[in-house]
Amino acid sequence: MTTTEQNIDEILIPILEKVSDPEIPVLSIMDMGVVRSAVIENNIVKVEITPTYSGCPAMDVIGDDIKSALKQAGYESKVELILHPAWTTDWITPRGRKALEDYGIAAPLSAEADKDVLLNDKRIVKCTNCGSQNTRLVSQFGSTACKAQFQCDDCQEPFDYFKCLK
Amino acid sequence: MKENLYNYILGIADNSLILGQRLGELTGHGPSLETDIACTNISLDLFGQVRSYFQYAAKIAGDDRTEDDIAMLRKEREYKNVLLVEQPNTNFAYTMARQFLFDVYHLEFLAELQKSTDLTLSAIANKCIKEVSYHERFSSDWIKRLGDGTEESKAKMQDAIDGLWTYTDELFHQTEADKAMVAEGIGVDVTKLKDAYYARVSAVLEESTLETPESKWFQKGGKEGIHTEHLGYLLAELQYMQRAYPNMEW
Repeated sequence: MTTTEQNIDEILIPILEKVSDPEIPVLSIMDMGVVRSAVIENNIVKVEITPTYSGCPAMDVIGDDIKSALKQAGYESKVELILHPAWTTDWITPRGRKALEDYGIAAPLSAEADKDVLLNDKRIVKCTNCGSQNTRLVSQFGSTACKAQFQCDDCQEPFDYFKCLK
Repeated sequence: MKENLYNYILGIADNSLILGQRLGELTGHGPSLETDIACTNISLDLFGQVRSYFQYAAKIAGDDRTEDDIAMLRKEREYKNVLLVEQPNTNFAYTMARQFLFDVYHLEFLAELQKSTDLTLSAIANKCIKEVSYHERFSSDWIKRLGDGTEESKAKMQDAIDGLWTYTDELFHQTEADKAMVAEGIGVDVTKLKDAYYARVSAVLEESTLETPESKWFQKGGKEGIHTEHLGYLLAELQYMQRAYPNMEW
């Protein structure tokens, strides 16, 4: 089982797109890439989601939100958490990345650039407020497990950066 | 029930559970807002990992045991964590030294566990190692900052490293369950991680202008359930709700 392919029934996509991450409400769980499969079997929708971080408390809420969204659309469902293959920030869609930026969270850089930023104080994360790259790491850990804290030295705005997970 | 596998999983998970609880004690008490948030973030990662392990253990047990029962309803002697992770948050230097001394081991351990023939364990390891690499970056950074900082911070960090050193060797001890799992290709042979561990730890200490302790007297026992006096107090807090209100649910 090494596939990174998603297996999602097309008629379920619009329903699942309406479910968002409770901590980042602008980001749908589809754009976040946490839904790995959703298929209808014997009138029950079987959904598999993968956690972003192991301890992410949002996963329980996401599971419940998926069930209630499907119920509203007339489906009973079963949601299962799977660990393999492990989620990576590469699965966030371009639309998801844009939603993050618009919301004030800098989208993850490539693994290499991420290392430079978090370990070597390189200034390449773009400020979500003014676009300047004159930004610095305040803390490797932020308001949720998936983010680090940054501050812009031009406009002084503090902001979150979504850490690369690969 | 596969007794050895069950015990083996508990041996791995209890380290994360107890360390997670220790770090959780800092909620609202960290030396600065950023370090407070960092320690509790790491705690959250560890608890998340514990859930994956205990859910699997509960499945193997095959009775009506749940992940919560395994976490909350065992007695002190039944916890299999190493002595290192139960040591108290004496001061921030101790908290970071304990973290660092565990993180270096944890990273090496997970790298090997990814190769386990048990697919659930290798999937969990594959997931956890990404998180733990952030932990190790954070803790090693603090070893350097405090070690190569002021006279006082250096003295405190050296004191913490010296104080915790005696608990490092236990990381590489094998229990009967360990040996059985290694033989089956499921478990990690921790004895083989020792040299790389001490090499990495010494390199960071040297960069931090700290001395690598020379003491060869090591404490052990945690893996067999023989703990330091600190664990009982930790469990009293961890298990309070389930003991006071049995079977309560959130």
